[in-house]
Amino acid sequence: MKRVQFEHSPIPYLFVAPQLLIIAIFFLWPAGQAVYQSFMLEDAFGLSSQFVWFRNYSDTIFNSSWLHAAWFTAIFSTLVTLLSLGFALLLAVKANEVIRGASTYKTLLMWAYAIAPPVAGLMGNLMFNPLIGDLYHFMNSFGYDFDHKLHEVDAGFVVILISVWKQVSVNFIFFLSGLQGIPKSVTEAATMDCKSPTRRFWTITFPLLAPTTFFLMVTNITYAFFETFGIIDTTTQGAPGGATTTLVYKVFQDGFRGADIGGSSAQSVVLMLVVLVLTVIQFRFIERKVHY
Amino acid sequence: MAGVELKGVRKVYPNGAEAIRGVDMQIADGELVVFVGPSGCGKSTLLRMVAGLETITEGEISIGGRVINDVSPSDRDVAMVFQNYALYPHMTVRGNMSYGLKNRKIPKDKIRQIVEEAAKTLRIYDYLDRQPNELSGGQRQRVAMGRAIVRNPKVFLFDEPLSNLDAKLRVQMRIEIKRLQRRMNVTSIYVTHDQTEAMTLADRLAVINEGRVEQMGAPMELYSNPKTLFVASFIGAPQMNLIPVRFDGDALSDGVSRFPGFSDLPMDADLVLGVRPDILSITADGQLDMRVDLVEQHGGENLIYGTIVGSDEGAAHGLEICLKAGQKMLPDVEDTLQLGFDPTKAFVFRKDTGERLV
Repeated sequence: MKRVQFEHSPIPYLFVAPQLLIIAIFFLWPAGQAVYQSFMLEDAFGLSSQFVWFRNYSDTIFNSSWLHAAWFTAIFSTLVTLLSLGFALLLAVKANEVIRGASTYKTLLMWAYAIAPPVAGLMGNLMFNPLIGDLYHFMNSFGYDFDHKLHEVDAGFVVILISVWKQVSVNFIFFLSGLQGIPKSVTEAATMDCKSPTRRFWTITFPLLAPTTFFLMVTNITYAFFETFGIIDTTTQGAPGGATTTLVYKVFQDGFRGADIGGSSAQSVVLMLVVLVLTVIQFRFIERKVHY
Repeated sequence: MAGVELKGVRKVYPNGAEAIRGVDMQIADGELVVFVGPSGCGKSTLLRMVAGLETITEGEISIGGRVINDVSPSDRDVAMVFQNYALYPHMTVRGNMSYGLKNRKIPKDKIRQIVEEAAKTLRIYDYLDRQPNELSGGQRQRVAMGRAIVRNPKVFLFDEPLSNLDAKLRVQMRIEIKRLQRRMNVTSIYVTHDQTEAMTLADRLAVINEGRVEQMGAPMELYSNPKTLFVASFIGAPQMNLIPVRFDGDALSDGVSRFPGFSDLPMDADLVLGVRPDILSITADGQLDMRVDLVEQHGGENLIYGTIVGSDEGAAHGLEICLKAGQKMLPDVEDTLQLGFDPTKAFVFRKDTGERLV
């Protein structure tokens, strides 16, 4: 088959050039730097560095604190994703049923979206402050000795709570528009075919929301992995004893606080690979079950 | 097998809008009743109230003697075919047809048998494992009907099921629906705004206007004996010609043209003379002059459209009028024809109440 060739004009390249430039400067170049640095070991003063093959990697991955961070990241991301999706879906389903005052309700639910993660973290920090924090006192009023500065589980609870709260609003908007995209007559036909609302939800509504859910799952995992950095940095800063340190936070700590550029770079390269594998899994295995 | 009964049914929306203003109706077992009316008249609302998709503000609806006001839609033993088919897009044709049965806890092999039988009847057997988006409009319509049939309901409800199909397919499906309904002998309510569909399908027709049943009866009964101006103008295509007149003691008159042959009519009221296009004829001693605008050739007959010409003082002057004539009758545009009609076949209505007088 002969392919039709049109005269090429340079103008399209000119239009995409700024975007390519941004990608190159802010993504490709730093990523390349990270890969390069991950094979180097710097001296204590940063004056010289030497090529050490995979030593940074082996030091990193076989390190108990890294393994702990990886484990925490797995639990943290799973919980944040599941909880923020779950709550958002519940709220969206309820909001979709509201007729009176619907727009006020939706606007109120949207507000949290406008808050930047570090600000959300700061607010959470205040709410869980042992001196003035209302939530701190509330948790303690049940007789349970709540202290996120000391207990690992409590600290995890705080960062998960804030991360979920921050993310629910975004998910809510997507779920709500997804729900409103389901034709009314399909819902009505289901009403006539199936008596139980719960069963109707899982057999009709939820499968029709699958594309939205899949999209949100991908973005939420990314959020839990990377964007929650700001929340962790403003609340626990990985404390107590690195219990709430996620992989991204550890990259930052080791590289910028610990000045271990090589080790930190090796970690970020590993993180990049983890996310790559995760993305492939999502699109290969989960997207298959999505009906568009 | 069951009839449907509506008693003083009203629907008022929370914002105060009254969609249904008191409807009483009895639908016999196995009968096909068509609700027809202009858009916004409440015909769909009424059907949806029978289905259970709208609440009933006042009155009672019963199916087979059982009042179903507070029965959930899935327990009313009714099946509905929607205008846009409302198929479940994520299920195959088989899944769509089985869904309602599965929820009724019918054994799997029994469902399989029922679904395949219905699919054969509707000639969609070969598509059972396809997704709805792989089907044409007509096939989707069949699936929607199949989904209703397998439930073996007491009542079928059709909400403008053919309006998304092209003209040819619509006629074909119309015939199929009628045949199927005859064969299954299930009480059916069919909503449409298309009067041809209504006339051809219905055992009985209910003309609905502004939330009320204007008249209910067999299609030909409504055609030849309309009780109100609304029914007369709604039933029949092309539409009945309506000429504003007054009665002057021995003839109807629009001020200039006179139409004799009427008696015992009120002289103090504005009246409307209704003449169907097929009783108008071209005669030398006719009472009306028409200037031809357009001739539509339908093959067996011609429809001649034009305006009434007369003195400017006549109320009918400039009024659009239509005449049904044989295929040989082919006047030129701008020709003037003289038209007459048999007064015993014409109708006279009161303009203010719409009530028929003759």
